[in-house]
Order: sequence, then structure tokens, then C-alpha cells
Amino acid sequence: MAVKTVIEAVREAIQEEMRRDSSVFVMGEDVGRRGGVFLATQGLLEEFGETRVVDTPLAEASIVGMALGAAFRGMRPIPEIQFSDFMWPAANQLIGEAARVCYGTHGQVQAPLVVRIPYGGGIRGGLFHSQNVESYFFHTPGLKVVTPATPYDAKGLLKSSIRDNNPVVFLEHKKTYRLVRGEVPEDEYTVPIGVADVKRRGESLTVVSYGLMLHYCLEAAQHLAQEDIDVEVVDLRTLTPLDTSTVLDSVKKTGKLLVVHEDNITGGVGAEISALAAEHAFDHLDGPIIRLCGPDVPTMPFAQNLEDAYMPNTEKIAHAMRKLAQY
Amino acid sequence: MPRTESKSKKKSKEAAPIPGPTLTLPEGITLDDLVDCYRQMVLIRTIDERIWALNRQGKVPIAASCQGHEAAQLGSLLAVEKDSGCFLFTYYRDLALKIGVGLTPVEVMCSFMGKLGDPYSNARQFPLQGADLRHRVIQISNVVGAGLTQATGYALACKMLGDGTVTLAYFGDGSASQGEAHEAMNFAGVHHLPLVFVCENNRYAISVPQSSQMAIDDVADRAAAYGFPGFVVDGMDLLQCYEATRKAIAHARNQGPVLLEMKVERFMPHTTDDDDRRYRPAEELEEARRRDPIVTLAALLVDHGALTQRQADDIKTQSTKMVDEATDAAEAANLPDVSTIHDLVYAP
Repeated sequence: MAVKTVIEAVREAIQEEMRRDSSVFVMGEDVGRRGGVFLATQGLLEEFGETRVVDTPLAEASIVGMALGAAFRGMRPIPEIQFSDFMWPAANQLIGEAARVCYGTHGQVQAPLVVRIPYGGGIRGGLFHSQNVESYFFHTPGLKVVTPATPYDAKGLLKSSIRDNNPVVFLEHKKTYRLVRGEVPEDEYTVPIGVADVKRRGESLTVVSYGLMLHYCLEAAQHLAQEDIDVEVVDLRTLTPLDTSTVLDSVKKTGKLLVVHEDNITGGVGAEISALAAEHAFDHLDGPIIRLCGPDVPTMPFAQNLEDAYMPNTEKIAHAMRKLAQY
Repeated sequence: MPRTESKSKKKSKEAAPIPGPTLTLPEGITLDDLVDCYRQMVLIRTIDERIWALNRQGKVPIAASCQGHEAAQLGSLLAVEKDSGCFLFTYYRDLALKIGVGLTPVEVMCSFMGKLGDPYSNARQFPLQGADLRHRVIQISNVVGAGLTQATGYALACKMLGDGTVTLAYFGDGSASQGEAHEAMNFAGVHHLPLVFVCENNRYAISVPQSSQMAIDDVADRAAAYGFPGFVVDGMDLLQCYEATRKAIAHARNQGPVLLEMKVERFMPHTTDDDDRRYRPAEELEEARRRDPIVTLAALLVDHGALTQRQADDIKTQSTKMVDEATDAAEAANLPDVSTIHDLVYAP
């Protein structure tokens, strides 16, 4: 199998789906001539032409609003929001409108669009190029929220998202784009939405994570293996629908739960995972549920030391794992 | 600076009905069409008034009246129906449009009472909000302006598919202030989309008068900034609205977007929860009501021998009977089953 980066996997998924289905098209700022600022859509204009690779004005509300309208007509648009931080002008179209289309029309109208959003920090992006936005979508029924961490999952999940008949928020962690490499099959495959993946088997404790943090969790788990602490790492892959059974099965097996995410702690995905474990695995718990998350400040600051202080990393995660294992 | 409106006024004058036996109807319609419009208008007014009364009785939680907008909506719809290749994105005051496309009075009443039989959302949403795909209408929300970018995307998809559809996006003067109105028109202009923006300007965004909403007299002036034509018509005149929409649809299909502004009156408060006496001079409303589109259309038909007083009375009697029956049917209709609350959050 060929080894690819996350960004290559994303590009391949879009390209293959556009070849497979003429209703699939991409739109957004700089997606055409520029090939996207991260080059996710590089080469698509040359292959598919201006009709299916639409360079839009710099106006996020209409990028998502128009994608939604095109979806009503049976198209499968893939609008790109250039940075997660810029999605707020489109919040109404995504959270207010798209999420309510199926329910609000009692199934008459569907909204099969995939809003691709590069997100996350650790790249010196400061307050407006680093934001974690997942919890806003995670809270919203009617949206599906996908957060792949590896090239394999990115490609397989993006294909599934494009074929899904619901609005999907596809969150690509910017730092994984070129940092994370992995094997990607040449042959056609998909990864189902709503299925978590146990990326490492273990017995001592369960760590639940997604996105960039998943990789730090795996690294930390490797360190702890040398200390005879056997960590199980669950990659959520999809936040909505949440694969609660994989999480709960793991927690029931190990009796200990650590949730790690980069997003700030209050009201985040970790809070929901913790509540689910407390409600449904209480009798199996052998220690407090721990969350290791970003602090409650408005995104990681620009200064290197402040950004480092914000970001969970391998050392911080290993420390939390060790403490929980020893409880 | 040239005003796009001046062109339209000229055009409107050409299309304007000339009272008396020499009436020349605009292309494509007959006096019978106008009698049908009159019948619809009376039925819609009867429904509208009944809904308001039912609200006061506690049977309808909320309603936005279309009284005063009927000529604009039905005149425009007449052009849409003659064309047969159109798709509509409506807004919350488009009661006449939504009924005019073919809803039954029972469906309308079920929708207003939040009962099973509401074709738009099966009683999940505010009355007649959601979609009526049988009649090619979508209105997802009442976040004003949000439907304009959606309509633009719909028109973009129609253009991609080359299906010849013209999308009409209806909105009020209030929506015209939303950023998405600008984004929609800007993009439509860039891509020459088959799209007609129809502004039903009643000069009030709830209580805020036009003078506090914009520094111009005509929303249609803005079309020039997007590189397509804008026209103003008297929205109280059904024939003008028909003719302007007909031309706008043809233009949109062959050349690109049009912004069509219909100057209308809002006869009722913003909704059943509003009290317009707090912000609207009584004399202004009284003046507006003298231009009631139903009275105007009846007079035109009577003048041209297409309607007698007796026929007009019969139409009113029939409408009242239909609305009585529809009200009874809706009152007897079932509420949705509570067990269905989780249905269709996601599409299969």
C-alpha cells in the first residue's frame, strides 16, 4: 500500500467521488485556480472545469447557503470553509438551517452537503487560525460531525460523507495535513460514519480521543507500555453519530476513562463522553473519569509558550494516563 | 447616476390596465384568468381573516397575514403558472402564494393549527413553513434572507444541470437589509443565474419604517450594483405584477437575474403577536386600505363585464363555506403522535 499524507487522502477522496458522481462539486474561496490554500482541491479545476470547481467570493454565509440550495436540487456540494475560524458567518446556514432541513420539511427535502473545515491549533495560528469548533456542531441534532485523524480514515470517511444524504461537517485537523502519514489502499474503500476505531488494544485504562490528539495519545500509550501500563486508545473518528457502544465496551473492560481533546474543556465532547460513562458504566468504573482538554480561554494564544501551555501533548497525556492507572 | 427604476416605470405604464371597455390584457392571459385570480383572492382573504380570528380564540398560535400583498403574490404567481418551469423560495408573508399554488383550505387550516395534514412540515414548524415539493415551493426557515442564498444555490444547480428552471426568491424589505441578500445578488450577478429576486416592499420591517432601514426609495436600485436590471411595479395592481414577473422570468432564463420590487401595503400588524398601533399612524393605514387589491380587481372585472355583483356575492359565500368546512375539518384532525418526535432528524 502507498503511504500518503492526510491532505493527499482528502484530495483523492474528492477527486474519485467527482469522477464517480457528476452531482458532486466543490465550491469555496480559492478552491479553483489556487487549488485551496492547503491544496486540498489542487488539480480539480483542470480535470473538472469551472462548472464543478467554483471559486466563490469571500463570503462564507453564501458559500454554505448556496451549497445548501444546490443540495435541494439534488446536487452533492462540497463547500470549503478555508479556516474553521471563518465559519461563523455561515453558522446560521449550517447550524440554523441545514441541520433542520430534513426535520423541518418532514423528510421532503434533504441536504446532502459536506462542509469541509480545516480546524485546530498547534500551528502558531493564534485566535483566528486555530479554533476548535466541533462542540457547536456536536450539540446540533441534524448534523453529522466527522473528525478523522489518519489518511486512511480521512479518505474513507470523506467518501462516506459525500454519499450521505445529510449535512456533514467534515473537520480536518490542519496540523495532521502533512505531519501524519499512513497507508492508503489503491482500491476503492469507504469507512462508515458513526463507527469508532480502537486504535490500540489494552487492559489498564481507556483513552478516548480524536483528530490530532489521537496521535499524541498513541505516542503516550507507547511510552507507558514500557512501564507495564497497558492503554486502550479509542479513536472516535465520528462525533455525530457517536459510537457510544465502542466507548462503553472499552470502559467496562478497563474500568478507567480518560478523554483527551484540544477543544476547551467546558461543554466539550469530553463532557458528553464522561456523562455517558457515568450513566451507563458506573458499576464498572474503578477510578474518576478524567478529562485532559484545552483550557477555557478563547483559543490558543499566538506566543509560543502560551500556545504550548494550551495544547495537550504527549507528555501531559502520559502524565494523566500514569496518574489514572495508579489510582 | 441612472436609476434602473426609471426603465421599469415606463414599462409599468405600458402594462398598466386602462379602465373602460378598451382594456388590453397583457400577453398570455384572459379575463377568465383574472376571474380565477379574483376567486382565489377572495378565498385567501377569507382564510386570512379566519386565521386571525382563530388566533384570538386560542386555536392558532401564530399567523402572519398577507392582506395587502395579494395582488403582488397572485399576479406574480399567474406568470409563474403560465410558465410552468419555475421553482419558488417564499418567505413568511407569502400566504397567497402558498395557497395559490394549489393547497387545499383544509391543508392550510391543519398547518395553522399544528395538526396532521400540514403538508409543509407535518406540524413541526410554524404554519406553512418547510416545503411543499408537490408545488415546487421551499421555505426552510423564517430567518429572513437565509432563503436568498439558498435560492441562489438552487438556481446555480439548475444552471449546472441545464434544466431551464427559473428560480424565484420572494422576500420583504426587511430581508433586503441582511448581508445574505447582498451575497446572494452579488453571486447571482457574477454567474448570470436564472433567478428572479422578488421584493415585496411594504415599507415596514415589523415596526421599523423603510426610512430607518435604507437611505434609498427603491430596493430595486441596488440591482445596478450587481450588474443586472431592477424594476419597480405597483404591487397593488395584479396586472402589473403579472406582466413584470412574466418579463422577469424570460429575462432570467435567457440573460440572468432580475430584481423586481413590488410596492405593497401591509394591512395588518406584523403578526398576530404584534400591535401596529404602537408605531403606525391610523391615517396611513386607512389610506392604504383604500387601495385594497380585492376591491380594485372586482371593479376592473365588473367594468369589463366579466363579473356581476351577484357572482361576486356567490364567490364570497362559497369561500366562507369552504373555510367553515376547512376549519371544522382541521379542528377535528389529529395531532401528530408523540412517538414520532424523533422521526426524520436525519434522512435515510
